[in-house]
Amino acid sequence: MSATPTTEPDAGRDRGRMALEAFSRSWLFVFLLLLLAFFWLSTPSGTFLTSANLSQIALSTSEVVLLAIGETFVIVTAGIDLSIGGILFFAAVCGGKVMLELSGTNAQVTAGVYPHATRAVLLGIVVALAAGTFWGAINGALITRMRLPPFIVTLGTYGMTFGFGDLLSGGTYLGAPVPTSFSHNFGQGKGLGIYYPIWLALVVLIVAHVFFRYARFGRYTSAIGSNDEASRRAGIAVDRHIVKVYTLAGFLAGMAGVLDLAIYTNTTSVSHLTDNLNAISAVVLGGTSLFGGVGTVLLSAVGAFIPTVLTNGLVIKNVQPFWQEVAVGATIIFAVYLDQLRRRRGGEGR
Amino acid sequence: MPDNGVILEVEDVQKRFGRVEALRDADFELRNGEVHAIVGDNGAGKSTLIKIISGVYQADAGELRLDGEPIVLHNPREARQLGIETVYQDLALADDLDAAANLFLGREEYLPPPLGSLGFLDRKAMRQRAEEEMRRLKIGISSVDQRVVELSGGQRQAVAVARAIAWGRRIVIMDEPTAALGVRESAMVLELIKEVRNQGLAIIMVSHNLPEVFAVADRITVLRIGRTITTMATKDTSLEAVVGMMTGAVEAALRAEGS
Ligand SMILES: Nc1ncnc2c1ncn2[C@@H]1O[C@H](COP(=O)(O)OP(=O)(O)OP(=O)(O)O)[C@@H](O)[C@H]1O
Ligand SMILES: [Mg+2]
Repeated sequence: MSATPTTEPDAGRDRGRMALEAFSRSWLFVFLLLLLAFFWLSTPSGTFLTSANLSQIALSTSEVVLLAIGETFVIVTAGIDLSIGGILFFAAVCGGKVMLELSGTNAQVTAGVYPHATRAVLLGIVVALAAGTFWGAINGALITRMRLPPFIVTLGTYGMTFGFGDLLSGGTYLGAPVPTSFSHNFGQGKGLGIYYPIWLALVVLIVAHVFFRYARFGRYTSAIGSNDEASRRAGIAVDRHIVKVYTLAGFLAGMAGVLDLAIYTNTTSVSHLTDNLNAISAVVLGGTSLFGGVGTVLLSAVGAFIPTVLTNGLVIKNVQPFWQEVAVGATIIFAVYLDQLRRRRGGEGR
Repeated sequence: MPDNGVILEVEDVQKRFGRVEALRDADFELRNGEVHAIVGDNGAGKSTLIKIISGVYQADAGELRLDGEPIVLHNPREARQLGIETVYQDLALADDLDAAANLFLGREEYLPPPLGSLGFLDRKAMRQRAEEEMRRLKIGISSVDQRVVELSGGQRQAVAVARAIAWGRRIVIMDEPTAALGVRESAMVLELIKEVRNQGLAIIMVSHNLPEVFAVADRITVLRIGRTITTMATKDTSLEAVVGMMTGAVEAALRAEGS
C-alpha cells in the first residue's frame, strides 16, 4: 500500500545479503575459470589449453547441454527428472538399431559397408527423437494423472529406460558402428571451425532461452514452479503444461541420444550412468533453484562445462577420472546449499 | 447506489470434505454496489462458501444464481469469465514472478503475430497497464517489475487486490484481505474497497475483524458451523449482537428463554 517499508532493514545485514547475492550469481564463472586455470597450470603446456582440446571439451559437453536445457525447465516447475540419462541411452539404442537394420545387410554392416546409409540415418534420427519424446510424455502423464512425485516417477523410468535399452542392445555396444558417414558429416564434422553438434546445442540453447524468458511457455513454467495452486486458479492448464515440460525434456534427451551416435558412432549404458548427475549439477550450478520458480537456461549451459572440464583435465593429468564424479557430487551439494541460504535470507524481509 | 438489484444468490448450498461437513445449509444474497461481509468463527465455512462462488470448489447440493439464472462453475476460469474475481485467503500469487506478471497471470497479452502466435508476450504493454492500474488504485510499489517475494506483506496483498479489481467486472471477493496487514495498510485496503464499491462493483468480504466490517460493510451475513444464521444491514445491528450470533450465545439465550 504505502511505499514506506514497515521496518528499516539493518544496513549491515543488507550488505551481507547483497554480497551473498553477488557471490551466488558469479561464483560459477569464477569456479569455471579457476578450474581452467588450474588445469592449464598443472598440465604440460600444449596439452590442456589448446584449441583442439577445448573443442573436444565443447563437443563432449554438447549432449549435457541438451539434457541440462530440458532439466532446467523441469526443475523450474519445482520438479526433477532423474530419467533423462536413461532416456538418452534408450533413444540412442533405438536410433542406432534402426540405422544398422536399414543401412544394409548384417554382413555388409559388419564389414563397414552401408549401402543405404542416408535413408537409415534419417529414419534412425526420427526414431530416436520419438523414443525420447515418448518417455518424456510417459513421465509427464504419470506425474500428473497418477499424482505421483516426479522424483519417484523418473527414478522408475530411469530404471526402465536403462533396462529396456540394455535388453535391446544385449547389454553391450551395438553390433557395429552406425554408418560412419553420419559421424564424418555431422558428429565429427565442422562448420566455421566448430563441430556441428556444438552448433546444434547452441541453436537449441538460444531458442530455449528466448522461449523461457520472453514467451508464455517460460512464464507458465515459472508460475507453476512458484505456486501451482495460484497458477491453476489463474486459469493456467497446469497439468497440461507439466506434461509438455517433461515431454520437452524427453525430446531433448532423444536429441542428445542422436548426438551420442553421431559423435561416438555407438553407445552403451555404462557411458551414460552419470548423465543425470552431470545434467542436474549443470542446472543447479547455473543457479536454477531446486525449489522451483526461478532459473536461467543459459547459465545451465555454462554449468554443463564443469563436469566435462573436470573429466578432461583429470584425464590429461593422468588422475583417475572417477574423481570427477566425486567433485561434481560435492559441487551439487554446495550449490544447493548456497541456493537455500539465499532463499532463507531473501525470505527474511517478509 | 443506482441499482440495488440482486446480482448473486446462493441457496441451500452444502459441501463436505470427507467426513467434515464444511457447509450444511448456506444461503447468501449479494446486491449490486454493496459491500457484503461474511463473518463467523474459525472453520465456520466462510472460505469454503467463497471458493464455491469463485469456482474453486463445486457444491454437493444447492444452487448458485447470477442475475436470476442458475449457474454451474466448474473452475475459477468460468467464474472469472462471468466477471467474478477473488482475492484468496492463501494469497494466490506466484512469488517468483514480478507484480506485473502476477497481475496478468493467465491473461497475458501477446505481441502481434507472427511472434504473438508463438506465445511471445507483450511485456511492455502489460507493464504499462500494471503501472496504470497501480497508480489508479494508489498502490505504492516502487516498481511493477519487482518480484513479489521481495515485497512487504501489505504490498503483496495490494497486488492481489489490484488484480481482482482490475479484472473484476461484477463481483470482487476478498477472503480476509487485511488479516496479514498493519493498521495503516489495512486502512488502505478498506479505502480501496470503498473506492471499488463506488465504481459500482459488488464486494464480498470475509473478515474476523468486526470493527473493520462495521466500518465498510453495508450488510453482514453470519455463518456458524456451516449454516447461515442471518443476514442483516450493518446499520440495524451492533457488534455485540454479531459476536453473539457468531458464537451461538444468542441462540443459546433464546433457547433458554423458550424453555
Ligand atoms: N480442502 C479441504 N479439505 C478438507 N477439509 C476442508 C477443506 N477446506 C475446508 N475444510 C474444512 O471445512 C471447514 C470449514 O473450513 P473453511 O476454511 O471454510 O472455514 P473458515 O470459516 O474460512 O475458517 P477461517 O476463519 O479459519 O478461515 C473446516 O472444518 C475445514 O477444516
Ligand atoms: Mg477462511
